[in-house]
Amino acid sequence: MRRRGNRLLLLVGLALASGAGAAAAQTIAITGGTLYPVSGPPIPGGTVLMQDGRIRAVGRDVTVPPGAIRIDATGRWVTPGLFHARTTLGLQEVGSVPGTNESEQSGEVKASFNVAEGLDPATPLIPIARLEGVTTALTGPSQGLIAGQAVLIDLLGEQVDSLLDRTPAAMVINLNESSKEAGGGSRAGALLRLRKLFADAAEYSRRKSDYSRNQMQSLSAPAQDLEALGPVLAGALPVLATANRESDIASALHLASEYHLRLIVQGGVEAWKLAPELAAARVPVIINPINDIPNFDGPGARFDAAALLDHAGVPVIIVEQETGGPRNLRWAAGHAVRFGMPWDHALAAVTLTPATALGVADRFGSLEVGKVADVVVWSGDPLEFASEAEHVFIRGVEVPRSSRQTELLDRYRQLPPAY
Amino acid sequence: MIAFPKATAFICLVGLGCAPTSHPALSGVQPVDSLTASWARPQYPSTYHRHSNSPVFIRNATILTAAGPELTHASIAFRDGRIVAVGADLTPDPDATVIDGTGKFVTPGIIDVHSHIGVYSAPGTFAESDGNEATNPNTAQVWAEHSFWPQDPQIDLAIAGGVTVIQALPGSANLIGGRSATLRLIPARTVQEMKFPGAPYGLKMACGENPKRVYQSRGPSTRMGNMAGYREAFIRAEAYRRRWDQWLSTHKGDPPERDLQLETLAEVLRGHILVHNHCYRADEMAQMLDLAREFGFKIRAFHHAVEAYKIADLLARSGTAAAVWSDWCCFKMESFDAIPQNAALLQQAGARVIIHSDDAIGIQRLNQEAAKAMYAGQHAGIPVTREQAIRWLSANPAWALGIDSVTGTLEPGKAADVVLWSADPFSMYSTADLVFNDGWLVYDRHDPHRRPASDFDLGITSPGAGR
Repeated sequence: MRRRGNRLLLLVGLALASGAGAAAAQTIAITGGTLYPVSGPPIPGGTVLMQDGRIRAVGRDVTVPPGAIRIDATGRWVTPGLFHARTTLGLQEVGSVPGTNESEQSGEVKASFNVAEGLDPATPLIPIARLEGVTTALTGPSQGLIAGQAVLIDLLGEQVDSLLDRTPAAMVINLNESSKEAGGGSRAGALLRLRKLFADAAEYSRRKSDYSRNQMQSLSAPAQDLEALGPVLAGALPVLATANRESDIASALHLASEYHLRLIVQGGVEAWKLAPELAAARVPVIINPINDIPNFDGPGARFDAAALLDHAGVPVIIVEQETGGPRNLRWAAGHAVRFGMPWDHALAAVTLTPATALGVADRFGSLEVGKVADVVVWSGDPLEFASEAEHVFIRGVEVPRSSRQTELLDRYRQLPPAY
Repeated sequence: MIAFPKATAFICLVGLGCAPTSHPALSGVQPVDSLTASWARPQYPSTYHRHSNSPVFIRNATILTAAGPELTHASIAFRDGRIVAVGADLTPDPDATVIDGTGKFVTPGIIDVHSHIGVYSAPGTFAESDGNEATNPNTAQVWAEHSFWPQDPQIDLAIAGGVTVIQALPGSANLIGGRSATLRLIPARTVQEMKFPGAPYGLKMACGENPKRVYQSRGPSTRMGNMAGYREAFIRAEAYRRRWDQWLSTHKGDPPERDLQLETLAEVLRGHILVHNHCYRADEMAQMLDLAREFGFKIRAFHHAVEAYKIADLLARSGTAAAVWSDWCCFKMESFDAIPQNAALLQQAGARVIIHSDDAIGIQRLNQEAAKAMYAGQHAGIPVTREQAIRWLSANPAWALGIDSVTGTLEPGKAADVVLWSADPFSMYSTADLVFNDGWLVYDRHDPHRRPASDFDLGITSPGAGR
């Protein structure tokens, strides 16, 4: 795994020096609210100081420098920006219109497929999500035995490079019904094929010079895919494995142990049945807490699964996959609370826990000095319907309170509309 | 069983012959031929019977009656399936089970006008895929109840969400998808045991992208093709209705040959079957209102109605209800203009608003979808009260299904379809703790033995655990 290439860093640098940089350079103090830093206990009457896109101070006794913009958050709740760990934001506009879908490549083994260059920073779906406090998202593919590489984006930026935070951020694989085809129609076959791919990737990595001299037996995937599996086998790039049935999650745990993978289980419908094993292996589980419909890929679906995993000590990451879109993330966390997860754990499940699992907790997921200034001021409990996000900051820049939806609303408030 | 006040509606349970004046099955005099003719016999009648339950008295709760202002520190009493009293200063009957509602909320049972539970059942294999007879753009002859599987485990999940009545609908592949069934959501072995006594049938129709996508190779493949398809079907239905009505008044010669497809459409023209129309776009809803005028029927409700806010004035005038999601968006072009304030803008314009699910997960938290829609309005400066929002889930869908004289509000004489919530039902943290369906306690969150579990769950999950 690597951070963005030098070219990207250079572009970001240029962006910072221009308009976006000017906004980020402002010093902003959010004062008087109750801070929920996630990394520590709530701080009533606290201040968050943001400067140059970073959090510079958090606490009760913060000196606000002269000239800083002050936002009075008295009576408000202040949290880190929300981190959505399973989206197609920027990759999918209208589900049924293929021309607006960039998250999938055909085939079963696509380890080298990275979605980044298909991102559309102009998608109207990003403003809709960030108006509900979502500031960071993992976005990527989902289909195939090896679906490809997901990337991490900030929900602010006019160019792909300013949107991208880390690429790749995870390798997505499937260990469920959907990948049986890749294994000749059986789960065991899919695992066999995966092990062969991993073995070939290791062999390729050891003998690249032999490969280039054509002195190797044929390998089970093109060199570019085996190359892309290198960081996975080195334990550097997290593997996001979709697995729902208990036996599939057990297979994922076996694979992780054999190959020293940085495993994250996604879906996890029956993960609650293996909660002790997952907790012992410190394997995080990405779960949609409202998915309680049984099917043969996860017959043991239940609405309190997130709480059961959390109680067992499994790092729980909450996502939503509703048709209403990623804007519903905070309410997905609320559902977990409704069915027994402690409130602070549920907030962590949409902030610090995903940041930690994806190796970016040095920059995201909590209100701490030095972190990226992704901060939301809420009118009340962010997990409640009655509350709304009043201010959303991404990299220290307040995002505009408009979206395609707000424009439609404004147009049709009065009928007939003034076209 | 509750006596249904509208005799004409009860007549419609009979397949044909809902002609209100002259049907022999209703005259009390049975002509000989009706003893052998299929059309004159009961058609898959309801076998529902009310389950016995001791009288219940819930005291000191906040009560959203859906018929008036929110009542605080109030009580509700029901007995033999009927609400006896609602209000302050009530005393329980000596034989009543008294439930303390302190800090809790009481609402009518939730009614979902758009469900595919039981016709698209879990576990979701092809074997349970019984919702779309996608073999012809017009399948007015099919009845959703003939697909309905009472052991769908999704039924139990919906009950746990406080839902007491659903309309099970055919899918939206076809221009005319078939008859719906209005069902009480209770554990049962047969769909007949669930059929809401006296409820009129609905007819599922669909606009827009789905039919033209499904039939693009054989047609219709355009929206104008869709319109031509509806018109052709109703022109034939007009002639069929005329033939039958004429024969029923004279009984001369052989009766016309029975045609299931036209029989259903003729009942729409007679006003006995209520039209439920899947329709997203504002301009298309306006076309459908004109279609209904052309053939002299009413569209009872537009379903999904994502762009209803653009014609809220038109819908308020037409009297057609708008059944909407809170915020579903962007999965296809006709959903691309979805806004979370849709319901609030409709309410403000005086239209009849319903929150529906169309989804086995969404049906479990319709109260939350209403909350999202209500607060989306409030946050945008569109006033919506809780008294209005509760009607989106109960009184208004009851009207759309033609059962509002029986259920949908908490008023004396109405059916005891009652939910006790742990807290404000418009709060994220609220759960349905007790669900009474027609007075029967079908669900108790705190009693594992009072949580229904379908046959499918046995040996697969621990029944009632986390479900």
